[in-house]
Amino acid sequence: MSFSLKNIISIKDFSKDDINFILKQTEKLEPVARSQEMSQNMAGKILGMMFYEPSTRTRLSFETSMKRLGGGVIGFAETGASSVTKGENLADTARMVAEYADALVIRHNLEGAARYVSDIVDVPIINAGDGAGQHPTQTLLDIYTMKRVFGKIKGLNVALIGDLKYGRTVHSLSYALGMFGAKMSFVSPPELKMPQETLHDLKGAKAVTRETDNIHDVLDEVDVLYVTRIQKERFPDPEEYSRIKGAYLINSELLNGKDLIVMHPLPRVDEISPDVDDTKYGKYFEQAFYGVPVRMAILNALIKSF
Amino acid sequence: MKKPKELKVKPIKNGTVIDHITANKSLNVLKILGLPSDESKVTLAMNVQSAHMEKKDIVKIENRELASSEVDQIALIAPKATINIIRDYEIVGKGKVRLLNEIKSLLNCPNPNCISNTIEPVTGKFYVITKEPVILRCYYCERLMEEGEIESQF
Repeated sequence: MSFSLKNIISIKDFSKDDINFILKQTEKLEPVARSQEMSQNMAGKILGMMFYEPSTRTRLSFETSMKRLGGGVIGFAETGASSVTKGENLADTARMVAEYADALVIRHNLEGAARYVSDIVDVPIINAGDGAGQHPTQTLLDIYTMKRVFGKIKGLNVALIGDLKYGRTVHSLSYALGMFGAKMSFVSPPELKMPQETLHDLKGAKAVTRETDNIHDVLDEVDVLYVTRIQKERFPDPEEYSRIKGAYLINSELLNGKDLIVMHPLPRVDEISPDVDDTKYGKYFEQAFYGVPVRMAILNALIKSF
Repeated sequence: MKKPKELKVKPIKNGTVIDHITANKSLNVLKILGLPSDESKVTLAMNVQSAHMEKKDIVKIENRELASSEVDQIALIAPKATINIIRDYEIVGKGKVRLLNEIKSLLNCPNPNCISNTIEPVTGKFYVITKEPVILRCYYCERLMEEGEIESQF
């Protein structure tokens, strides 16, 4: 089993082997991520962070991953403190940071930004989210979480719930789930349905999917409820927003007696009630932790150690 | 009664004839080829009878032999077009257009939030996903582009 990619841009670039390789390495790195073992694999290496959009988990987990592997981190967490405010374009900024670092992590508000940068610099590029586009490292940690809990992905029944139109994590995730033979239900209000692009890809991959707007249609049969945030700004009418939000609220009463886990890419606002947090259902904080070993595995795969 | 004068389209001595263009699409074909220009004489026939197709367009370009890379982009809007290269009134080369797997620097991504539509020094690049109907995928933002959106750019 080996890893064929030079950059991590889109989950569509991954073969099953590539994903399996990362999952396997992630498992081995869990003790390092939990600070039970030490690694110096990235000693003397530097990771460049270019965050044009706010991020907490993704940015901190990349920093943690690099540091736990003995490496260093440079970069910016917001554009206010960089020469972007002086009007520098992305190409120039990326070329400059690439001169200082062994790999770049980019989050950008425009779709395709990471792919674009990967064509103009020589160091490996990791896409940490590009607009409404891709967020492949999130997908890998989502897949890892499911594999960790159930021991497999094939045959799992996964419901993706909430904003399936603009939520970038669900597009990448559904593609990967399709690749591994999971069955999917897409649960969303009609206004926020899975985009045609994604459905087209899934059809091509012969994935088993169905769509509904009613969460009760899926509760009894799914293994995973993957919940995403429905953003208020998507609805011009605040009353409509309240109604929709209420229809997709996950709380312990709804889950009682069901055999499933609840995942969420976070941040959550109020789509999952806090009373789910400490139950056997709530796996989202564990999922957020797996972001560290997954990203460690990615750094090790992309950056050559001394 | 006066006999109507028939306007005959003369054969060209040297150049390229693009035949079997989807009816009324020849103006878009010219745009793809960067025509009209000061150098080339061009003759157009639009919406004329065809033995193979109900109606078709024809474009004759004098003194210019089209390269296959130029020709293949025509397939985006006129998939049945045929190409004849003419030298001294003789057809010396015949071929059909074929849609390549990659389209570069010809179309813009319809997604306003795509990196290829910004101040960055980059032009549109697309992969051909299906040929009939033509569906393209933006290399950068991965958005799909269908025939209507492709045509609206010409």
